[in-house]
Amino acid sequence: MPEKQPQTRESGAPIIEIIAMHKWFGDFHVLDDIHLKVARGERIVICGPSGSGKSTLIRCINRLEMHQRGRIIVDGIELTNDIKNIEKIRAEVGMVFQHFNLFPHLTILENLTLGPIWVRKVPKKEAEEMAMVYLEKVHIAEQARKYPGQLSGGQQQRVAIARSLCMKPNVMLFDEPTSALDPEMVKEVLDVMISLAREGMTMLVVTHEMGFARSVAHRVLFMDYGRIVEENTPTEFFNNPQHDRTKLFLSQILH
Amino acid sequence: MTIHANDNRSREMKPPVASEGVVGWIRKNLFDGWFNSILTLVVLALLVDVVPPFVRWALIDSHWLPSGAGCQEGPGACWSVITGNLRFILFGFYPHDLHWRPLLAMIILVALLFYSRNRKHWHKALLWSWVTGMVLMGILLRGGVLGLAVVESAQWGGLPLTLLLAVFGLTGAYPLGVLLALGRASRMRAVKTLCIVYIEMIRGVPLISLLFMSSVVFPLFLPEGVTVNKILRAQAAIILFTAAYIAEVVRGGLQAISRGQYEAAESLGLNYYLTMRLIVLPQALKIVIPPSVSILISAFKDTSLVVIIALYDLLKTTKTALSDPKWMGFSAEAYIFLALIYFFCCYFMSNYSRRMERELDRNL
Repeated sequence: MPEKQPQTRESGAPIIEIIAMHKWFGDFHVLDDIHLKVARGERIVICGPSGSGKSTLIRCINRLEMHQRGRIIVDGIELTNDIKNIEKIRAEVGMVFQHFNLFPHLTILENLTLGPIWVRKVPKKEAEEMAMVYLEKVHIAEQARKYPGQLSGGQQQRVAIARSLCMKPNVMLFDEPTSALDPEMVKEVLDVMISLAREGMTMLVVTHEMGFARSVAHRVLFMDYGRIVEENTPTEFFNNPQHDRTKLFLSQILH
Repeated sequence: MTIHANDNRSREMKPPVASEGVVGWIRKNLFDGWFNSILTLVVLALLVDVVPPFVRWALIDSHWLPSGAGCQEGPGACWSVITGNLRFILFGFYPHDLHWRPLLAMIILVALLFYSRNRKHWHKALLWSWVTGMVLMGILLRGGVLGLAVVESAQWGGLPLTLLLAVFGLTGAYPLGVLLALGRASRMRAVKTLCIVYIEMIRGVPLISLLFMSSVVFPLFLPEGVTVNKILRAQAAIILFTAAYIAEVVRGGLQAISRGQYEAAESLGLNYYLTMRLIVLPQALKIVIPPSVSILISAFKDTSLVVIIALYDLLKTTKTALSDPKWMGFSAEAYIFLALIYFFCCYFMSNYSRRMERELDRNL
């Protein structure tokens, strides 16, 4: 399939560039000298044992976590303490969380239109039409008037993806999007993510779904102890892991 | 699992001794074991001892004529103290022929409260009708426009004054309390410290001392010739006091909102103000409805403390009516009446809040 082929990474400037980035939680060195370039349209899966810093890494990209050394440049804007820049980047970068984090006091439709109306200043009617298009896309349009508490986990996560898409992001970050789901609901969420990938969205996905990594990713990163230990194409990564720790991890996760 | 459930059902299907009807109910709820039986009998004896004499005193032997005829001779209750002084107790020294104005103001207030109860009416128009209503109530009480005679605030009294202090006190205290709570949860050190100092200082002081300060100490700091209305000063003291308590309750609500809600809002690019206004506060304030209403109810009753700075609220007008030698010795009746008014208002508030919670229930 053509969409499996990694694009030439040199086409145009990278949309995300991380240079020599470090982060500490107190004395704990969570991220240690991270270098990463992500090209437009590239899809990267990040895996690694828990506590390896993979979630923290993608949370640094929209500054839900602050890095302490090095540089992060997203779409030409460097992340600094400038709150206006941070808000601009956050609007460009979509984020999907492990626990969905929908707003329980708003309907599904209101969850989706909130960002466009208040941040993008889109008129309400237009925002609702757009929201319905995205709900259609994640196969959940009939639930628009319900509240998040009335939906299953898989449905909620699909709503969360649609909510991010409504902001028309250039990059989507996924932080273990299927880890909190019942097994039978994982597929419906992965299907939505795969169709998003087909449309050429730039995606960084922290996940243990190795099947997804195999079929969708251009690159797989393996992290351990706050470092990117290994990165490679999925085929090479799974068939021919270089590092001992990667081999150990893969043997534990693929039964 | 299923076997167990079947077991239960078959046990339930055995004919009980008498679990239905009046006898069954009495057996189950009043004579369930020897201890409960004794309790039931003791309570019954007490009731027999207390209720019939009270009914005789309050209703059968009582006197109702406004003139107070027969009160001194008979043993019954003298409700004449109420009927004879009703308008004074309710309206204080407000000019007698203008009583319709505070009455109308109170009717507007109650109408607004009832109208706001329904979630369907929660639009921008509701906010404006409250603003209009408040202005209208002010005009009715004060006069001075539209050909209404001016009634100085020194003449205001009774139930309208109590409601005025309560309603404006609570509407003023709530936003201030929310701001204080946000300030205390803030990451800005100076703001946080300021809010903590304020909250702890106010909570460490009784309301009475604040009222005294507002009426005795505060005027000393004003330049000569400048005076601030006494009701306004008491009102400010009530607002400042209640806000500190509301702040702590709201802070509890803020802590109940998960980090994920903030992160989701931030990752959409919402700024601090929008995150609070659209995401965090709507959820946090809903959670703290029950404790907030507790504070509002106690604040409502605390307004009666303004008697000590000589404002003629409901309690003070009642006491004044009782100081007439004609009504000496009938304070029990007057205070029962007063208690009923307070109870009615507080019960209304707690009912109101329960309804509010139902309206806002969203499977959180």
